[in-house]
Amino acid sequence: MAYPSELKYTEEHEWVKVDGDTVTVGITSYAAEELGDIVFVDMPGAGATVAKGDTFGTIESVKTVADLFAPVSGEIVAVNEALEDTPETVGEDPYGAGWIIKIKMSDPADLDALLSSEDYAAKL
Amino acid sequence: MNEEGLIFEREVPEGGCLPLPGDEATDALAESLLAGVALRAQPAPLPDVPEWEVVRHFTRLSQRNWGVDTGFYPLGSCTMKHNPRVNEVAARLPGLARVHPDQHPAQVQGMLRLLKTLEEALAEISGMDAVTLQPPAGAQGELTALLCFQAYHRSRGDLGRTRIIVPDSSHGTNPASAARCGMTVQTIQSNAQGLTDLSALDAALDDTVAGFMLTNPNTLGVFEPQVEEVCRRVHGAGGLVYCDGANMNALVGVARPGDMGFDALHFNVHKTFSTPHGGGGPGAGPVAVKRHLEAFLPVPRIVEGADGMLRLDSEYPQSIGKVHSFSGNIGPLVRAYAYIVNHGPLGLREVTERAVLNANYLLSRVREAYDLPYASPPMHEFVLSADRQKALGCRGLDVAKRLLDYGFHAPTVYFPLIVSEALMIEPTETETKRSLDAFADALLAIARECEEQPDLVKEAPHRAYAARLDEVLAARRLDLRYEPEEEG
Repeated sequence: MAYPSELKYTEEHEWVKVDGDTVTVGITSYAAEELGDIVFVDMPGAGATVAKGDTFGTIESVKTVADLFAPVSGEIVAVNEALEDTPETVGEDPYGAGWIIKIKMSDPADLDALLSSEDYAAKL
Repeated sequence: MNEEGLIFEREVPEGGCLPLPGDEATDALAESLLAGVALRAQPAPLPDVPEWEVVRHFTRLSQRNWGVDTGFYPLGSCTMKHNPRVNEVAARLPGLARVHPDQHPAQVQGMLRLLKTLEEALAEISGMDAVTLQPPAGAQGELTALLCFQAYHRSRGDLGRTRIIVPDSSHGTNPASAARCGMTVQTIQSNAQGLTDLSALDAALDDTVAGFMLTNPNTLGVFEPQVEEVCRRVHGAGGLVYCDGANMNALVGVARPGDMGFDALHFNVHKTFSTPHGGGGPGAGPVAVKRHLEAFLPVPRIVEGADGMLRLDSEYPQSIGKVHSFSGNIGPLVRAYAYIVNHGPLGLREVTERAVLNANYLLSRVREAYDLPYASPPMHEFVLSADRQKALGCRGLDVAKRLLDYGFHAPTVYFPLIVSEALMIEPTETETKRSLDAFADALLAIARECEEQPDLVKEAPHRAYAARLDEVLAARRLDLRYEPEEEG
């Protein structure tokens, strides 16, 4: 399974793409595979603030319901509203159209704790 | 697929439905009371179907159901044991079936005595001091006990205890019940054996912990050998310990959670004591507690006076209140009483021994063909992993669906969460060696099919009434409402 090297990762099987002071967050292909067919993604509205490690939403598959954790602290500036109608996109294109939220970081140092693709793959 | 359709679709043009009972006087009364408020402008669009077609429709549907009366039903964590018919005889005795909870206690001494005796039996079986029969299900039993935990801490002026700890193998109801009480939940990782990790527990314990919830044997079917130490450490930090009693079928008559150090537990009497369940109930989830929690139990309590008469007493000022109307779900409670009395102490112990023996025999027959990630000897159920089959393209779900073709109910799948591709199998004491062997043979045959013809497994079931259902579509576009087509 591929874990793009330009992304950073969490132990909770999420990926983070850094773009200036904003990050895009999704789940890894490993997480998508483990969850199976995804039927619902519960996300907060844009404007909410999250602290690193907080549960910001849930993702529901035919197998289970899993929490989504904020990889960094900050303000949610965008949510992927297309997932309301097509949550399966998370499983089909986890690193692209299946992104979940964008967070404007309050402390870029949060990024230091994230994993490289190699380190993430080694933990699986 | 043999499509039965809905009752609405069985309407015949010539009609034949018997008229609904009613008369002009009743209609006029309804009109006077309800007109303009709740009276339909048009008659309800009820299907006009002859009585015998109604009977046939629902009989056919019932024949598609699979229950423990149909065959082997190894649904892990659900204890689908035989429901002895003597339970039904007891539940239908007029003196039990025809009493009303609003009758004066003097008129229902028999029922009250039965309930009181059941409370005493459950206290003895669990090693606890007091019991409430009110909660109508296991999860509500959890809620009831956690409310008692909160009330206990509050009564001591210990106001900062707002956290509940659960292991990552716990039933989902445990954290859900704690969250429902307004508490925050901390999940701790199990150790390599799938048991409570004492150092992880220690790290989580402090003066904000209200309690720890543990299933024993745990959801892997493995007895927690350090349970006494677990309880000591939680108590040492000022917390209480809750036993999820879902797996009591592995303990009854042999070991008592109260003796292990637990402060409270719930029984799923519909599992352990054989009352029909599935499809959402009705169940009963009595809660048994140690003396220090008794004052907080729901009211009314059944109390015996000096004259030997039983009465219902609500004068418990520290009680958490009511969690169900009257005294709980009486039907399952009467059946549980019948089961306990009919078996007696030695019979209940034998039930437990046979349940554990059956699970271990079944495991011994299939363990070469499937992975067993946590190898400790199980009690009354065990959890296999279909990882080896997944590598061949067949997931745990596919194995479960293929079992339907062999004439068995599927086991619980994908639980507990700490086992990938989990198949959770609980045969119960009900099954004979012959039915255990038949099920083992099916699991072995399916393991071979995964190697030789995986598509056969992936596309199962082939012989069920319905082919593989689209679970994604069912979850996303749930359609439960019948809407008649407009006449054109």
